[in-house]
Amino acid sequence: MDWGSILNNTIAAFLTPTTIAFALAALGLAMHFGFAGLLNFGIAGFMAIGGYGYAISVLTFGLPWWAGMMVGVVGSILFAIVLGLPTLRLRGDYLAIVTIAAAEIARLMFLTTAFTDVTGSADGLFGFNTRQDGTGFQNSNPFPSGDYGFGPLSFNHQTLWVLTFGIAILGLCLWLLWALMRSPWGRVIKGIREDEDAVRALGKNVFAYKMQALIIGGVFGGLGGIVFAAFSNVSPGVFVTSLTFFIWTSLLLGGAATILGPVIGAIIFWVLQAFLSNFLSQLALSGILPVSTTQASTLRFVLVGLGLMLLVIYRPQGIFGDKRELTFVK
Amino acid sequence: MSNNEKSHRTGGLHIGEPAPGCAKTDPMLIIDHVKKSFGGLTAVDVEHLEIPKNAITALIGPNGAGKTTLFNLLTGFDSPDTGTWSFEGTSLAGIPAFKVAQLGQVRTFQLTKALSLLTVLENMKLGATGQRGEGILSSLIPALWRKQDAEIEIKAMELLARFKLDTKKDDFAASLSGGQRKLLEMARALMTDPVLVMLDEPMAGVNPALTQSLLDHVINLKKDGMTVLFVEHDMHMVRHIADWVVVMAEGKVVAEGPPETVMKEQAVIDAYLGSHQDTDLGVVTGRINIIPEEGK
Ligand SMILES: Nc1ncnc2c1ncn2[C@@H]1O[C@H](COP(=O)(O)OP(=O)(O)OP(=O)(O)O)[C@@H](O)[C@H]1O
Ligand SMILES: [Mg+2]
Repeated sequence: MDWGSILNNTIAAFLTPTTIAFALAALGLAMHFGFAGLLNFGIAGFMAIGGYGYAISVLTFGLPWWAGMMVGVVGSILFAIVLGLPTLRLRGDYLAIVTIAAAEIARLMFLTTAFTDVTGSADGLFGFNTRQDGTGFQNSNPFPSGDYGFGPLSFNHQTLWVLTFGIAILGLCLWLLWALMRSPWGRVIKGIREDEDAVRALGKNVFAYKMQALIIGGVFGGLGGIVFAAFSNVSPGVFVTSLTFFIWTSLLLGGAATILGPVIGAIIFWVLQAFLSNFLSQLALSGILPVSTTQASTLRFVLVGLGLMLLVIYRPQGIFGDKRELTFVK
Repeated sequence: MSNNEKSHRTGGLHIGEPAPGCAKTDPMLIIDHVKKSFGGLTAVDVEHLEIPKNAITALIGPNGAGKTTLFNLLTGFDSPDTGTWSFEGTSLAGIPAFKVAQLGQVRTFQLTKALSLLTVLENMKLGATGQRGEGILSSLIPALWRKQDAEIEIKAMELLARFKLDTKKDDFAASLSGGQRKLLEMARALMTDPVLVMLDEPMAGVNPALTQSLLDHVINLKKDGMTVLFVEHDMHMVRHIADWVVVMAEGKVVAEGPPETVMKEQAVIDAYLGSHQDTDLGVVTGRINIIPEEGK
């Protein structure tokens, strides 16, 4: 057993662009589900639209990176509107079904060979972060080349730039969600989560509020996809339905109706993932676990699923949720 | 109580004989040909009905008469098959529920809708209208709404004190009892400064001691210039506070008039009692004896 490497890899998962992307998407779900009660099972679709929107704008239309990212954001706003218009008037479960389907449609549109020139089909898109004409995201990197950090948390200058950018975006989104939810606007949103007819009877335009919540959460999801894309490439294999469920796991871990919960949840999720995959494959290598190392790393998903079930049954309000809420789970 | 029992009554509400659909001197709601069917069942079929302004009107009728359905239609929570209705001269047909509420016509629900995971105080503050902090952009700048929010809180605490819920202000609404939720819902509706208050069985499940003070609240609403339309099964209460009574049966308005006379009408007795016609209506439908029977 190589405890040193297990520990190293586990700590490294604390701060990665992927963790930040997850935190952003989970924050979007907190807006949707935790505060507004909207069941969005298509957060991967919002991420895909954000990431692809950025990549395609840069590669196909030659936009500078910041304009490309804005296209990704506008894309996720449009996606939210298209999903919301027909479904927000219906009962909550319909939104869940429509979002699952819409996220799959979005992914299949990026996967199909019909648009290979633009989307790269199954290979996805790459090479959009560093551009020859100097308009790429990494071309604007303010950090001189080299290695930074210490121990397991060491990064090269490129990763450091993505991390800095990602943390800035995450901080902005956290502030926005916090500022919104402490205001009377947030009170209306929470009221809608509890009983939208009661809120309607008080003269609030419930549809408009739900649409606003869907858009804001959708933009957070889109930004998650953008941070993800800024670190690596985009491909349809990433934005699959299981990504949606991993983000739900992060959200429920931290607490759905909390501001910081989704961020902590995303960190715990990735730290646990890193620990389990290293620990289990070490167990397999040393023969304690009678399976191959590939099987061992698949086993962690089984454990994640089990953990999610236990979490929802025994601590539905999450780690940071209000204890009093538990007494009133419907 | 019994000596000033009649003093709060408003008289002279109608023009001509009090018959179903009779005209009112000053109507607030005018309903014409409103019809609603669920499959084969006609739940509401109201030819013409006027609800008098600045008075307390009771809407009574046996279970399934269509009272709640009529409430839903009038407040935009459901749409009728045919018909028009107007509120203070504004036609409301096709107007969404939230706009109806904004016009000052606010309702409560028969099945109480407390917002469970909001505190009692948050429930109340949500009711206030014209909040600057409810706009998505202005909500980000507390300077724009802090002062207004503090004023709303004062108003909410006053109302909560009136309904004896002030000590519960920081509890989740989910922790309230059924009767307390009824009170909270009514208080929350009053936060909107309504013109017309529509209460669907406001007293169901509220204990007798509180019923008395709630009745006084309802009477006070009228004193404050509001119009009240309420559904209630307790006939003692109807007699006690209503200025006007509208009786529905099988979707239709079968009788209307002042409470003293309308309960004696044959159509009403038929609707309620069927064959047990020699029983007093008050005995059958009154749950609580809050006022001494006439002549005792
Ligand atoms: N959504 C619906 N679908 C089908 N039928 C309905 C629906 N809502 C009401 N009804 C029917 O319409 C009729 C009137 O119902 P409504 O709820 O208006 O009665 P009510 O007068 O309020 O009775 P109660 O005093 O018991 O509250 C009933 O026969 C009921 O079964
Ligand atoms: Mg009813």
